[in-house]
Amino acid sequence: MSTATAAPVDQAVPAPAGDGGRPRRFTVRAGLRYTLLIIFAIIVLMPLYVLLVTSLKPASAISADQAWRLPVEISTAGWAEAWGRLSPSLYRSLILAVCAAVLSSILGSLNGFVFARWKFPGSNVVFTLFLFGMFIPYQAVMIPLQGMLLDAQAFLPWLDGIPRLILVHTVYGIPICTLIFRNYYATAVPVEILEAAKVDGAGMLRTYASIIFPVSIPGFVVTLIWQFTSAWNDFLFALFLTNAQNGPVTYVLNELAGGQNPNYASIMAGVLVASLPTLIVYVVLGRWFISGLMSGSVK
Amino acid sequence: MRKIRTWLPGLLLVLPSIILIGVFVYGLIGQTINTSLLRTQDFVTDKITNPGGIANYTALLGSDRYQHALWNLLVLTVVFIVGTMIFGLLWAILLERGVFAEGIFRSIYLFPMAVSFIAAGVVWRWLLSPARDDQAVGLNQLFVQLGVPGLQSDWWSANSRMSMAAMAIPAIWQLSGYVMALFLAGFRGISADQREAARVDGATEFQLYRHVLFPQLSPVALSALIIVGHMSMKMFDLIYAIAGPNSYQAEVPATLMWIQLFPQGDPVAAATNAVIILVIVAILVVPYLVHTHRTEQRDG
Repeated sequence: MSTATAAPVDQAVPAPAGDGGRPRRFTVRAGLRYTLLIIFAIIVLMPLYVLLVTSLKPASAISADQAWRLPVEISTAGWAEAWGRLSPSLYRSLILAVCAAVLSSILGSLNGFVFARWKFPGSNVVFTLFLFGMFIPYQAVMIPLQGMLLDAQAFLPWLDGIPRLILVHTVYGIPICTLIFRNYYATAVPVEILEAAKVDGAGMLRTYASIIFPVSIPGFVVTLIWQFTSAWNDFLFALFLTNAQNGPVTYVLNELAGGQNPNYASIMAGVLVASLPTLIVYVVLGRWFISGLMSGSVK
Repeated sequence: MRKIRTWLPGLLLVLPSIILIGVFVYGLIGQTINTSLLRTQDFVTDKITNPGGIANYTALLGSDRYQHALWNLLVLTVVFIVGTMIFGLLWAILLERGVFAEGIFRSIYLFPMAVSFIAAGVVWRWLLSPARDDQAVGLNQLFVQLGVPGLQSDWWSANSRMSMAAMAIPAIWQLSGYVMALFLAGFRGISADQREAARVDGATEFQLYRHVLFPQLSPVALSALIIVGHMSMKMFDLIYAIAGPNSYQAEVPATLMWIQLFPQGDPVAAATNAVIILVIVAILVVPYLVHTHRTEQRDG
């Protein structure tokens, strides 16, 4: 990464590390650093560029050799077609992602509280068994899951399409939400406060409601972002458990893009339409997401 | 020994989740294992399609098709892990001491993670098209137009045992930012005093990273390895979107399971395959979970 000759430059100006407070003097090393950062940024953004320029070209102008060029004339026909095809399923995906995120976050918060601060005998083993649920390949449950949900539908006729996916994503979201909240409470809630509450005669639910829940917002932000994104982006459960009429946007996008559809403008616009909600979530809330990674996964 | 009245409410509060996880994770896995051991016979021809018991596993594991799928999975996983680790660590090193517009670079590197595999697969299917020269589209066309036609490739369609390495490219694109964020969080967790101390002792930048910073990142690297590794082993969406559901060339156990279940209508073989995928993931994850569990017990 660096060379021995460059080291004295830093030693002459000892900067506090990690706080962004380095003096912004131009050095060869800084130049190299920014060059690399910009090259990598261009490479990472390249697929997005392809999506944008293709989606804005009129269908007739997408001759193969023009694909990497900027559009000569802008057409929104691709976006219009994609929106027309995808909007009903976008709405369904929104319901799915919001409900699944809220439900599994609430369960995760309650569980995390118990596993961090209100342990019962064997709770560590139960927690480890929960965690394994986070890593299982869903292929290993898919076949009997289909059967079980079909059986359940016999007496719960509404348990189809989106409600069915809400149930599944809520359940399989419990492990990661529990992990994030447990790690968060273990660092954010001092034992002494809980002891004091106990002395004052507060029971478990009272303690949760008046001490734990009010400080839980950072944890909720992280689990809500995480669960919203994974429910929105899921395709495997959608493919096995729903159809094009009642499934989420990933299912319908795959139908739009698959087969022999030659209309690249609408396909690429469809990809953008289907990805915008999660992209917006990341751009707006990305800062909290990174701090969430620190509290959740880096352990 | 604490009194029951103290801990019982805690157990009751978690009980709904215990039941849900018990049924949806462990109960269903049990059923899948059960299914995978069944003996089946073709109604019309009386031909035995699945011999039943452990023989189902030996038959599947011994088949050329499954070994091809396992090999593909190995190539995909190794390239995927190595690629995300290299880019994730490199980007984290470039960013960790704070640069101008850090937030923008971080968002750019992280954004592919917000995109679904199925959406990313649509654009990567086009980018990784094997057509060449005059017919070229995607990356091959870009290489021709940039004047480096020699870089053209058949990508995942190549008739090579290593072709799945190309399938790892979009996966690396999607997950490197996540690994970067993990490493970045790890770097920021190391106190500034330690860097200062190393500098006072006359350590070069290289020595600082090599002997002070990297060793403290090994727990992060392990987490990243487990997360990326298990994602690779159950990867389905991306391959389904890029290669289509029926590609033998890009077949891995997870996509083969779909073929066994639907086009072939053989749930027993699909269940056998699913259990093998589960075992492969468990071999990776269970030691990690036990290790984490033990460490936490020891640290209180």
